[in-house]
Amino acid sequence: MSITGPIAAEHGLPGHLVDFVGALRRHGVAVGPGETVDAAQVLSVIDLLYRDQLREGLAAALLRRSGQRQVFDTLFELYFPAALGAGAGEVEVPRVGDDDDGAVDVEALRDILADLLRDGDIAALTELARAVVDALGRSGAAGSGSQGAGGQPSWSAYQALRTLSPETLLARIMDDLKAGMNGEISDFTDEMLRREIRDRIARFRKMITDEVRRRTAEIRGKEQVAKTAVPKQAEQVEFLSAYADQLAQLRRTVHPLARRLASRLAVRRKHAKRGTLDMRRTLRRSMSTGGVPMRPAFRTRRPGRPELVILCDVSGSVAGFSHFTLLLVQALREQFSKVRVFAFVERADEVTHLFEPGAELSGVMSRVLREAELVAFDGHSDYGGSFGSFAEYWGDAVTPRSSLLILGDARTNYRDPNLTVLRRLVGQARHAHWLNPEPRRQWGTGDSAAMRYADVVPMHECRTAGQLADVVEALLPV
Amino acid sequence: MSASQSPLFGSVADVAERLAEVGYLASTAVATTVYLADRLGKPLLVEGPAGVGKTELAKAVAEATKSELVRLQCYEGIDEARALYEWNHAKQLLRITAGQGTQSWDETRDDVFSEEFLLPRPLLTAIRRADPTVLLVDEMDKADVEVEGLLLEVLSDFQVSIPEMGTVTATRRPFALLTSNSTRELSEALKRRCLFLHLDFPDADLERRIVLSRVPELAESLVDALVRTVRVLRGLELRKSPSVAETIDWGRTLLALGMDTLDDDAVRTTLGVVLKHQSDQVKAAAELRLN
Repeated sequence: MSITGPIAAEHGLPGHLVDFVGALRRHGVAVGPGETVDAAQVLSVIDLLYRDQLREGLAAALLRRSGQRQVFDTLFELYFPAALGAGAGEVEVPRVGDDDDGAVDVEALRDILADLLRDGDIAALTELARAVVDALGRSGAAGSGSQGAGGQPSWSAYQALRTLSPETLLARIMDDLKAGMNGEISDFTDEMLRREIRDRIARFRKMITDEVRRRTAEIRGKEQVAKTAVPKQAEQVEFLSAYADQLAQLRRTVHPLARRLASRLAVRRKHAKRGTLDMRRTLRRSMSTGGVPMRPAFRTRRPGRPELVILCDVSGSVAGFSHFTLLLVQALREQFSKVRVFAFVERADEVTHLFEPGAELSGVMSRVLREAELVAFDGHSDYGGSFGSFAEYWGDAVTPRSSLLILGDARTNYRDPNLTVLRRLVGQARHAHWLNPEPRRQWGTGDSAAMRYADVVPMHECRTAGQLADVVEALLPV
Repeated sequence: MSASQSPLFGSVADVAERLAEVGYLASTAVATTVYLADRLGKPLLVEGPAGVGKTELAKAVAEATKSELVRLQCYEGIDEARALYEWNHAKQLLRITAGQGTQSWDETRDDVFSEEFLLPRPLLTAIRRADPTVLLVDEMDKADVEVEGLLLEVLSDFQVSIPEMGTVTATRRPFALLTSNSTRELSEALKRRCLFLHLDFPDADLERRIVLSRVPELAESLVDALVRTVRVLRGLELRKSPSVAETIDWGRTLLALGMDTLDDDAVRTTLGVVLKHQSDQVKAAAELRLN
C-alpha cells in the first residue's frame, strides 16, 4: 500500500497547524494569531493520541461561533485524517469469486448494509463505509464494467452511493423490523422507525462522502479538495443557489436571528430614548427663571410601530429567499403594529391569514402556492401585472402609515414593468424598499428590470441571510 | 501571567471520571474543554440552547474539585456595583463621624477607602478567595454590552482595579465559566479571551445514560424509547426543540403516571411535557401520525 503525497508539513506540527488555520480563514472563519497561539498551547497539553480530544480542543481554541463548526469539522477531517490509505479496517467487503481483488458483490454488500442500518451500529457503519469506498474504487462493482484495478483507483461518492442505493433498503428494513415485532405496530411506531432508519441512511451517506473526500485529498492534495468540499456557513449561503437542505437549515436560524435583531433594536431604542431638544418648550420654561434656560425640555420619542405591507414574488426562482424573509418578518412581528402579506407570480393575492401567529410556518410556502390565486396564463412571474392587480384590489392597504417591502429578483420575463403603478404605490407609502436576492452586478442584465425599478424604489442586495439581517435591521424603526 | 498553581485535573479522562462521580456525564467535547480551560488558565465560554446543562456544568466542576461556586447572574441593567464592588457609604459616614475631632483629614481619607469599607460583589469575591473557586457568570448575553467591558480585565488578567485603592490581583486563579444562550452576539474582545464550547444535545447513548442517572427508577427499555422519540422530535422543524431537561421531565412524568411503556396513548397524553408550544404539538402529532 503506497502513501501518496507528503503528509508532513514543512515546519512540523506548528507548520501544519498554521496551514490548517489558513484553510479555516479561507473559508470565512476569522481566526486571529492569538487564537492560533492558543491552539498551539492546546497541542502541547493534550494527548495527541486521542483524535477526538484533539478535535474538541482545537475547536475550543479556534472557533467563536456555533455556526462555524461544520466548516471546522470538514477541514479537520482533511488536515487531521483518521487514517491513511485504506486504514486497517476489520470489515471484509464481499467479492464475486474467491479472489481478493475481484469485483464487489453488490447484493451481498447490500445485505450487510441493511443489517447494520437496522441495528443502528454506527461504528460498524463507519468501518463499512471505509471498506466500501476502498473496494469500489479499486475493483469496481460486479457487472458494472467500471474497473479500477490495475489502473489508478478512482474514488467516487456518486458511484458508491448509486451502486449501494441505501435509500431503497428502507422498505426492506421496515419489513424486517415489523416481522421482528410480530407484524402488529401502530402508525406512530411505524413513523418513528421510518424516521430513525432514514436518519441512519443519511448518516451513512455522509460517511461515504467524507471517506471519499479523505481519499481524494490524499491524491489531489487537501487544498484542492477543501476548495470545493467545505460547506458554507448557514448565514453565507446564497439564497438563489441553496439546496433544499441548506434552506431547511437556514430556516432553523430564523428565530435566533430574529431574537438577535430584536435585542439589538432594544439597545438602539434605549440609546435613542431621549429625543432632540424642544426649543419652543425650553424657551417657554425659561420664563419662570427670568429667561435663563435652566431646564431644557426634550421631545419624547414615540416608539414607531409601522404597518408593514409585504409584496413577495413566490415563483420558483426566488421562493427560497421569499420564504426565509417572510419567516424572518413573521418572527419580528412584535416590531410592527400590523403585517399584511401579499404573494404574487403573475397576479397578486393576499396570504396574510396563512401567517397568523401560531400558524405552522414551515410548510406555509406550499400552502401559499396551493391556496392563493397567483397564476393567470403560464405561471412565469409578471411584475407589471402583479403590481397592477395589487393596486386595483388592495391599493388601499398602502397608507401613509405603512412601509412597503417588495421581495423579488425583478426578472419580468420581458413583460411591461408597470413603473407608473409602482411609483404611485411608493408615493402612497411612508417608506418603500425592495430586497433583491440577486448579486448587484446582475441587476439589469437579461430580463431583469432591477435598474429601472431601482430608480423608483430603493433596492437592496440580499444574497445571504447575513446580508438580509443587516438590511432588515437598518430598515426597522427606532 | 498565570499564578503558578497546581491544575485541578490530571487528564481529560480524569475530568470525565470526576464529573461523572458528582452526577454530570460529560461528552468528550465537554471533558476536553474543561481540562483545557483548567490547564491553560483561560475562562470557558459555553454557548448552547436552553436546557442542555450549561449551568449544571459549572456546579458539577465546583463539586468535583471541591471548590466554592461564586455565581454572577446577569440580567438587563446589571452594573459594576452589582458585579464588581461597591463602597459601603453608610459605614464610611459612620467612620468619619466617629473620628471627628480626634483624627486629621488625611488619616480619615486614607482610612475610609480601605478594604474594610469595600462591599465585594461576585467578581471581586472570586478573585480574592485563596481557596479553589469556580466563578460562574450566568446568561452573559442578558447583560448589556458595557458589562462585557468590566469582565475583560477580570477574565484576561484575573485582577480588578479599584481607583481609590489600587489593583487587586488574584492570589489563586478561579476556574471561570461563562454561559450564553446567544440571544445576542457577545463582543469579539470577550470571546477572544475565552475558550469556546458549543454545548449541543448529547448523542443517543450519552442522553440515555444521563436520563438513567437522573431518574434511576425508570426501566432501561423505557428510557431507550424515550430518548429515541425525543431524537426524532428534534429532527422535526419545531419552534423549540426538546432539550435534555425536557427528556428528564418526560421520564419523571411517565414514572409519576405509572406508565411502563411509551405507546401511542402515552405519547399523545404527555407530549405537552416535551413540547411547550401548541403549534409544535400539533405539528409533531401530524408528522408522527399520532392522530
